[in-house]
Amino acid sequence: MNLTFAIFVASSRLVRLSGVDLAIISFYFLLVLAIGFYLKRFANTGEDFFLAGREMTAWVAGLAFVSANLGSLELLGWAGSAYQYGIMAAHWYWVGAIPAMVLLGLVMMPFYYISKTHSVPGYLKLRYGSEASFLSGITFAAMTILMSGVNMYAMAVVMKVVLGWPINFSIWVSSLTVGVYVAAGGLFSAIFNEVLQFFLIWFGALLIPILGMVETGGWSGMVARIHQNFPGQEFTHLWAPLGSFSHNPMGINWIGIVFGLGAVQSMGYWTTDFLVVQRVLSAKDIRSAKMAPIIGSFFKMAVPLIVILPGLLGLAVLPMHLVPASDLQPGQHSYNEVLPLMLARYCGPGLLGLGITALVAGFMAGMAGNVSAFATVWTYDIYRPYLRRTAPDRHYVAMGRWCTLIGLFVSIGTAYFVMQFASIMDYVQALFGFFIAPLFGTVLLGMLWKRVTRWAGFLGLLAGTLSSITMFLLMKIDPVRWVPVFARSPLAQGLARDMYQALWSCVTCIVVTVLVTLVTKPKPDAELVGLVYSLTDVPQEEHASIFHKPLFWGVVVMIVFVILQIIFW
Amino acid sequence: MSEKHHIIPVWFFVGVLLLVYGAMIFVTGLTEWSNPPDTVLAETHAPVWWGGLLIVLGGTYCVMFRPGRNT
Repeated sequence: MNLTFAIFVASSRLVRLSGVDLAIISFYFLLVLAIGFYLKRFANTGEDFFLAGREMTAWVAGLAFVSANLGSLELLGWAGSAYQYGIMAAHWYWVGAIPAMVLLGLVMMPFYYISKTHSVPGYLKLRYGSEASFLSGITFAAMTILMSGVNMYAMAVVMKVVLGWPINFSIWVSSLTVGVYVAAGGLFSAIFNEVLQFFLIWFGALLIPILGMVETGGWSGMVARIHQNFPGQEFTHLWAPLGSFSHNPMGINWIGIVFGLGAVQSMGYWTTDFLVVQRVLSAKDIRSAKMAPIIGSFFKMAVPLIVILPGLLGLAVLPMHLVPASDLQPGQHSYNEVLPLMLARYCGPGLLGLGITALVAGFMAGMAGNVSAFATVWTYDIYRPYLRRTAPDRHYVAMGRWCTLIGLFVSIGTAYFVMQFASIMDYVQALFGFFIAPLFGTVLLGMLWKRVTRWAGFLGLLAGTLSSITMFLLMKIDPVRWVPVFARSPLAQGLARDMYQALWSCVTCIVVTVLVTLVTKPKPDAELVGLVYSLTDVPQEEHASIFHKPLFWGVVVMIVFVILQIIFW
Repeated sequence: MSEKHHIIPVWFFVGVLLLVYGAMIFVTGLTEWSNPPDTVLAETHAPVWWGGLLIVLGGTYCVMFRPGRNT
């Protein structure tokens, strides 16, 4: 036990778990294992194991869709970001999610669903060819493993701050549990546990904002306390501080948020990250597949209540000032610890166990989501086309099960890499910028423009990915010189840099794709039916009532989204 | 949820989870009523009303989605 940890454990009451707390945590582990073994009998074919039999309702697919993104990483990372940057962190839930989820449901989902692909790289194989598909498959597999490492680290933080348990013990117990239930039931297990986790997280975390509002006397009372604790700093407005880089703690302006986050980063994540798209592909029919992201978007809009608000309440009520993880001194706490600190502030025996279980469940669901997506992409987009083209279906299912376990072990090794980043979310957003932002340009151009050629898709994606990694490295190696160049201000913090990195990499991808398209030969139209907008008949629901039409609910969610922007302007 | 496989609905498992947790938290809240824990706003007895809410929701889900209800 190192000095910092020893002092923390000795001086903190957070580590005292009662018997009922342990019983609550234990019951969760037993239940998810039982569900995994129960579902094993249903995951026999490739479609069962990798796409949950394609028989989920819109509600189950929608909750799993939003839940796959609502891991402990989300809870801890964004609560920490809310403490660091204020309510501006909510941009990642609103402008950074809602329009993209509606776009996925109304425009892009029909193509994924009709093409009957198993994955996003699978769509690229049909639309462009094996080059773009292979590149996307490899980068996605790498990203999921690294993201699993992020979840490991998030878990280690919970264990350190609240339980005082040895980090290795926590990681191995949770990882093995995830490995067993995903390897047993495949996407069935992952989705079932994501739905369970959705309820756990809401009921485990919702008490913090409720009791926090009671303590501070409501929103105005909380804002007054924040101004008292941090005079002269802007933490409680969403758009007003974005007129200038210097008016907000993130060091970003509205262009970075609207274009870098809203138009590129979020569109890329929600429409091309296979981790979330896989959940929607499990829907039982095309209407359910279109409704699932829209159902998810309503819940996504509400998540700041249990993530951003606790971070703001931390600014208002915590007696100490939290610091970046990189500056942590003995006796201090980092930004990422704000949620566990708030949990311990309000929750006694029983409720504390529920909150901790919610975080544990979020971690496990995050891991399960990543490893199930990794297993699918590896098996269908790398192993089958390049290593073993013809084998019985049961062979690929067995490969998926082994990949699940191997992916987990590899991701354990990446957990320690994450610890050098000031905020977990900075690291995550950097990863998305590498792989997701250029991929969005490739997928969107491929769906909307039939002229785009095989080599244009591949070279555009490659150029976008390489430019993103290059920008990231330059800003890390010599920030004084390169941050003002790429992020347009020397004040840009981690998240601001990531947004501009994503924006420029997507622009690079699109420019290269268009230029190469103009000098290469396009595919015949006959090969693009069902893959490109102008050559595809998307089934309409003429006979459905307005309340059953995804378009109606898409409009409703956008209206609520605009109202929220105005309220918190 | 599943027509091909006849899987127990996930909502039933959600109900079991909420019901068991609600009962544990509710009983804990009652036992510490006169000696609340050292937390902020402990006097509001959050475990009692929060545990009660979980019991009601979990019980409803368990009944509505119990195995074999529609077969």
